[in-house]
Amino acid sequence: MARVTLEGIRKIYENGHVAVHGVDLDVADGEFVVLVGPSGCGKSTTLRMVAGLESITAGRLTIGERVVNDVPPKDRDIAMVFQNYALYPHMSVFQNMAFALKLRKLPAAEIDRRVREAADILGLGPELERLPRQLSGGQRQRVAIGRAIVRQPAVFLFDEPLSNLDAKLRVQTRREITRLHRELNATVLYVTHDQVEAMTMGDRIVVLDAGRVQQVDTPMGLYERPRNLFVATFIGSPSMNLIHGEVTVGSAGNAIFRAAADDLELPLGRHPAAAEAVGRPVVLGLRPEQLSLAGTDAAPSQGTRDAARPPGTGSSAPPSGTTNLAPAPGTGSSAPAPGTANLAWPAGTRSSTPPPGTTNLARPAGTTNPAPLPGQAQVGMLPLQLDAVEPLGNEILLHGRIATQDLTARVAPMPVPPKPGERVILAVDSAGAHIFDATSGARVVGAGEIA
Amino acid sequence: MNRRLASVLLYSTLVIGALLSLLPILWMLSASFMATGEASSYPPHVLPDHPTLEHYRALFTRLNLGRSLLNSVIVTVTVTTVSLFVNSMAGYAFAKLRFRGRDRLFRLLAAGLVIPVQVSMLPLFLLLKQMGLINTYWGVIIPGLASIFGIFLIRQYTLAFPDELLDAARMDGAGEFRIYWSLVLPVIAPVLATLSIWTFLSTWNDFMWPLIVLSDQDHYTLPVALANLVGEHVQDTELMMAGSVLTVLPVLVVFLFLQRYYVQGVMAGSVKG
Repeated sequence: MARVTLEGIRKIYENGHVAVHGVDLDVADGEFVVLVGPSGCGKSTTLRMVAGLESITAGRLTIGERVVNDVPPKDRDIAMVFQNYALYPHMSVFQNMAFALKLRKLPAAEIDRRVREAADILGLGPELERLPRQLSGGQRQRVAIGRAIVRQPAVFLFDEPLSNLDAKLRVQTRREITRLHRELNATVLYVTHDQVEAMTMGDRIVVLDAGRVQQVDTPMGLYERPRNLFVATFIGSPSMNLIHGEVTVGSAGNAIFRAAADDLELPLGRHPAAAEAVGRPVVLGLRPEQLSLAGTDAAPSQGTRDAARPPGTGSSAPPSGTTNLAPAPGTGSSAPAPGTANLAWPAGTRSSTPPPGTTNLARPAGTTNPAPLPGQAQVGMLPLQLDAVEPLGNEILLHGRIATQDLTARVAPMPVPPKPGERVILAVDSAGAHIFDATSGARVVGAGEIA
Repeated sequence: MNRRLASVLLYSTLVIGALLSLLPILWMLSASFMATGEASSYPPHVLPDHPTLEHYRALFTRLNLGRSLLNSVIVTVTVTTVSLFVNSMAGYAFAKLRFRGRDRLFRLLAAGLVIPVQVSMLPLFLLLKQMGLINTYWGVIIPGLASIFGIFLIRQYTLAFPDELLDAARMDGAGEFRIYWSLVLPVIAPVLATLSIWTFLSTWNDFMWPLIVLSDQDHYTLPVALANLVGEHVQDTELMMAGSVLTVLPVLVVFLFLQRYYVQGVMAGSVKG
């Protein structure tokens, strides 16, 4: 096992195209690091440079304690698993796994032992004498992994190993690779374009775009503190909602986000970065789960829902005095009491009406405050015109528009979900919103906040 | 009923066609066993009255055709095996190895395909004469050791060989020759079979070049020796037929042996274009 260090690794092709603009990365011994990014971002090229299949134009690559820039692949003490398995078609499973060991002139008994051991770990025992074309896709990928394991390399490289498998098998193999990593305690560099794979497998994730590292962080770090707009939208599914606008200070000294295109305002309350963001063009980023269903707007003329609201039930109602975009009458305070005839009003909508006294952990502190003080409002209300409703069983995705703005919300399942064409009211947890500088795309970081 | 009639018609047409094309070959075989003069008798005989091996005996003893057969075998086997090796290495390199000027060089080679063989015969002869190779086996063998057509065929086929396999082998620690030998060759076996049949056939049947280069009867290959026979024994049909059987037989055997791969190779090439 070994540590892998990339220092200013660049790749410039002969035609002048710069594929990788200088990657700095330190992979600790035994660490599982995922390189993720859209196609053409340079992640595979970076991996192939580590493998020795592509020459390194500039920079320094260290594996273990050795600089290996000019060391051929076979002497780098690494093994690689390819996207298309790359099994030798005319060799049996056993021969495929034994090939590298034979080339190393290991004694036959040792080869036999290692191959059988790997086959056992991967459940390939009965298939050893079969040819690759007689195997299923999942079995082929396991053979490819086995071929890497038998070499007992210091570093494992994976190049999108799961993208040719069907969805169910992918989840299964994903877990298998994670388990192997734990058992072998190996250093792993793993390339994928799938952010779910990256989030579930990596100890740390390197997000690449256009040949540059955008951010290196733990999965939760990336999710909670994306350094720029690219990372923010790339990580997380469905993607983060983005609204262009600016931050102003309201009459009561409270920060307010004002959208550029639409007549739309959201209170920012005690948002840590609000002060830093005032006065410049920004992009507000809202994760779909930060938008929650506060009620339907099917019949706004029925005023009964408002009337029935008992005082003090929850934080969803904006405090008086907050400017709050709520075009239709009655929508601004849409939380009805349990038991009213409104079917879409669920017990489980994360949004807003926790029974008094429960602490809603999903919210940052401040939102559980039953009666928010002026200037501390966290929750705004948005009316959403639904375009599509995707019930996924454990959750429902609501896609829609607010004026010209596309938005997606992720809400808890309910017996009768709203239908496309309807208008619903979303509660917005704007204290958890991300604020990005519109010009540079970088996240606006408040004082005392972790970058 | 209609369908059945159609298939009966189809198959009988095919059988008749097959018989028609087989007829000359069968008659050649039959006539080679006839006594002298029987083949040209009237009414013609389909089968020999008294089968005899007299002509075969004459070919190997009096006319020394055994020597020519051996010459043909030496030349053809050498050319086929060596050219297969050379062409496959070159074809693989043009398809998969990255080196400066590769594509330009290949285009130059491909352009050479349009030059007819006859055009190059005279300069080639003069070249070999300077090298002192006229009237030797080498004079026949060397020009056949590499062929543009063979390189072209193998390159086109090998282009479809997945690069990831080469990468995997390099990671596994295989050297370039090992990759070519243990990985590429087994996988491109169909096209190798096709090329070897083609090379074997064309070298075995080649008449013009051996005739030009070889002047000594001891070095003659079968087609050249047989042509000599025609001059001397123009009346002796049965002897000629025996000689022809001797010439055709090895080619037939090789073809039957490799035809399975041959078809595979031709198909593969056509699909990929």
